[in-house]
Amino acid sequence: MACIDEIEKEVLLSGASFAECRAYVEKKYPEIYYVDPGYKIFDRHIIGVPPIAIGLENDFVVFPFTKPCYGTFLLKIECHEEAQRVRLLGKKKRK
Amino acid sequence: MGCPEIPVQTGIGLYLAHMLTTHDWDVLTAGNPSVISLLRVSDPEKHYIRKMIDLDRCIGDIVEKHRNFDLCIVFAHNDAGISYAATMHHISTGRLIVIVFGRNAETLAALIDFPCETIVEKAVHNPNELRKKIDEVFGWRASTR
Repeated sequence: MACIDEIEKEVLLSGASFAECRAYVEKKYPEIYYVDPGYKIFDRHIIGVPPIAIGLENDFVVFPFTKPCYGTFLLKIECHEEAQRVRLLGKKKRK
Repeated sequence: MGCPEIPVQTGIGLYLAHMLTTHDWDVLTAGNPSVISLLRVSDPEKHYIRKMIDLDRCIGDIVEKHRNFDLCIVFAHNDAGISYAATMHHISTGRLIVIVFGRNAETLAALIDFPCETIVEKAVHNPNELRKKIDEVFGWRASTR
């Protein structure tokens, strides 16, 4: 798996708070899963306040990525393998 | 330790490492690359900061059960710092103390909704009030005056 910095990605939110990222995912994506802090995605451990919401749109994965200096970014990356892994390991949002 | 843009962080980090080592703790300092560089330059002979590790690598090690700690002190002066503290609460079993500092310290501290001890002070340039609160938490007041 390539480093997250080298993967083609869309930045949906930048310098956001963890709460803003969660609210964005819950509002915009019909398929939502929750993971715990430390969940490994694209070879990085997710930093955040649980529950951490990950949105899926077919093979696109939308998840928060926190950097100490710049706050939290909400990233959208296409990857069938990671999307399927989230579907397998995440807790699905109840409707 | 996250982004070192608030000056008190480096001084308090050095102080804490020194005091904990003096009180027989085996201290590992985790920080982002800027923090590591600042500490290396500030303490070139490693009198105060003896062991350092990249912050994200340290978290990975804890998640993968290669490391754990009896005590974790998190520095937080922005939302990302609170996220890191929440992560430490979730992945580590030790005592967790979150030092919330900077101009928005009280607002930030209000975001903490997980069990931990907090030390909150609007410290930016002057570390003295923050140091006093840290001394109180660790019972160091008598020995530092």
